Amino acid sequence: MGSRGRDVSEVALRDANVTARESSSRAAVLRRLRLNDRIFHGLTRGAALTVLALLSGVIIALIIGAAPALGTFGFSFLTSQSWNPVTEKFGALAPIYGTLVTSFIAMVIAVPVGLMVAFFLTELCPMVLRRPIGIAIELLAGIPSIIYGIWGLFVFAPFLQKYVQPFLIDTFGSIPILGTLFEGPPYGIGMLTAGLILAIMVLPFVTSISRDVFSAVPPVLKEAAYGVGCTTWEVFRNVVLPYTRVGVIGGFMLGLGRALGETMAVTFVIGNAHKVSASILAPGTTISASIANEFTEAVGDLYTSSLIALGLILFFITFIVLAIARYLLARMNRLG
Amino acid sequence: MSAAAANSLYAGRRRRNAIAKTLALAATIFGLGWLVLILGVLLFHGLSGLSLAVFTENTPPPGAAGGLANAIIGSVIMTVLAVIIGTPIGILAGTYLAEYGRHDKLSNVVRFINDILLSAPSIVIGLFIYEVMVAPMGHFSGYAGAVALAVIVIPVVVRTTEDMLTLVPDTLREAAASIGLPRSLMIMRIAYRAAQAGIVTGILLAIARISGETAPLLFTALNNQFWSLNMNAPMPSLPVVIFQFALSPYEEWQKLAWTGALLITVTVLALSIFARSLTATRKQ
Repeated sequence: MGSRGRDVSEVALRDANVTARESSSRAAVLRRLRLNDRIFHGLTRGAALTVLALLSGVIIALIIGAAPALGTFGFSFLTSQSWNPVTEKFGALAPIYGTLVTSFIAMVIAVPVGLMVAFFLTELCPMVLRRPIGIAIELLAGIPSIIYGIWGLFVFAPFLQKYVQPFLIDTFGSIPILGTLFEGPPYGIGMLTAGLILAIMVLPFVTSISRDVFSAVPPVLKEAAYGVGCTTWEVFRNVVLPYTRVGVIGGFMLGLGRALGETMAVTFVIGNAHKVSASILAPGTTISASIANEFTEAVGDLYTSSLIALGLILFFITFIVLAIARYLLARMNRLG
Repeated sequence: MSAAAANSLYAGRRRRNAIAKTLALAATIFGLGWLVLILGVLLFHGLSGLSLAVFTENTPPPGAAGGLANAIIGSVIMTVLAVIIGTPIGILAGTYLAEYGRHDKLSNVVRFINDILLSAPSIVIGLFIYEVMVAPMGHFSGYAGAVALAVIVIPVVVRTTEDMLTLVPDTLREAAASIGLPRSLMIMRIAYRAAQAGIVTGILLAIARISGETAPLLFTALNNQFWSLNMNAPMPSLPVVIFQFALSPYEEWQKLAWTGALLITVTVLALSIFARSLTATRKQ
């Protein structure tokens, strides 16, 4: 009995010790957990702020880098066509012009084609084929731009030079105003070629975003239109398109943003001529192609700074286009 | 309206419908045709130059035979480092957007900025890294190239992480909270695990994206004709070598450019198909 009683009390004593230890360690554990919680929260917040810092860093670095050139040339940097490393006279007009023209050609082709592909995928395509075709289009978007570039240089440009451009020159060259667009010899490389390659690159973007917003249309709207006897095309034209207008335009802007900033594919086939030509067959240059071609060879601070100033202009243009795109797409999502 | 007029109206509508449908089909064939055409040409030119030497020999001087070994290893090193730098930041930032600040002001701004970064011209990223790393250091380096690629990785990972975490049902989070799990543990043990496949997909897509990026490497990592594992020196990469070789007048170089292009495309396509299959099987 005696020994057993001692045992019990010892056990009780031990238990009390354990509980005391446990409760103090529980408090420690809770403190540690709270601390961990705060650290993790801080880390995630810091990472989110890093994203902000990156963008501000890009803008600040570009402005600082561009300052010497913009300070020297002032507003005439935007309006001057000369690009002369020897006399150190630089103007951004030709690259800006080339960027706008090639992107415009790209959008003129990619927008209607992309819309029609999205129309096919959402309304006409047999169900079994929808996923594979959708994936194939998205793979087209994933191919790196340098691949388009090398293909454009060795395959597409010679093809255009041999078959398409002579045809364009013969057909339209003699028409008074339109003819200036197709003046000059068929070089193969040039603004038209760059624009066409951009069109191929932008097409998947336009298609996949259009497809996404089209499939967000409530089926009941389409069913109602079919119910009153609309054809498939009329449903698309009068119900789907108006309903998704905002989102579709957002998709165009996103594609345009990509076309404006695209570098490698264009660099291969644009021809790198710093001049503004009315003919789209003529070689030209774009902002990104100028930077890619000349940056490592640029000697002198003013030359480098001028190229960075080009980058700043490009960033400014794409920022606005992308901001509009995101705003429109966000509005579309709220609707849908 | 007479019956005849009504009939002709109806016929016109049907005709327009038929034309539109045909155009849509034609547009789709046109769009997919490019994919087939580009891949076909790439296989044709690239396969003819593919040999063991491509993987074992360095880039040759003009007019000589050689391989792409130094460019391949350079690309791999810079890509790995870029993912090591970019992924944690991307995942943590995505976590903040989805878990802590779903609707707060900071998140809305970060989300918007991230979307801009996601589609910002990559050449501008190259200029940025040149300004903040190459110019102060005084020389081109593999580090600068890797950081430039990391800047491209971050927005991709932020976006997919946020999207995937948002898909995790809130009931899981509530269940974790109800047994007293702290928020950080809930995120790490429950939310991350539920969104695992999606987050991995995001990382793979980011790798696919940067393995073909050329513009940001042109004036950060530059290029190097020789075998170099020194990240503090100019480093060769597959895309930059392709750019240089394709524009050269030498036939051997052009051939190697095609082979390199094939390697990149196969890598990118394999990565994106694998990434997609990860999330596709989860959906079922």
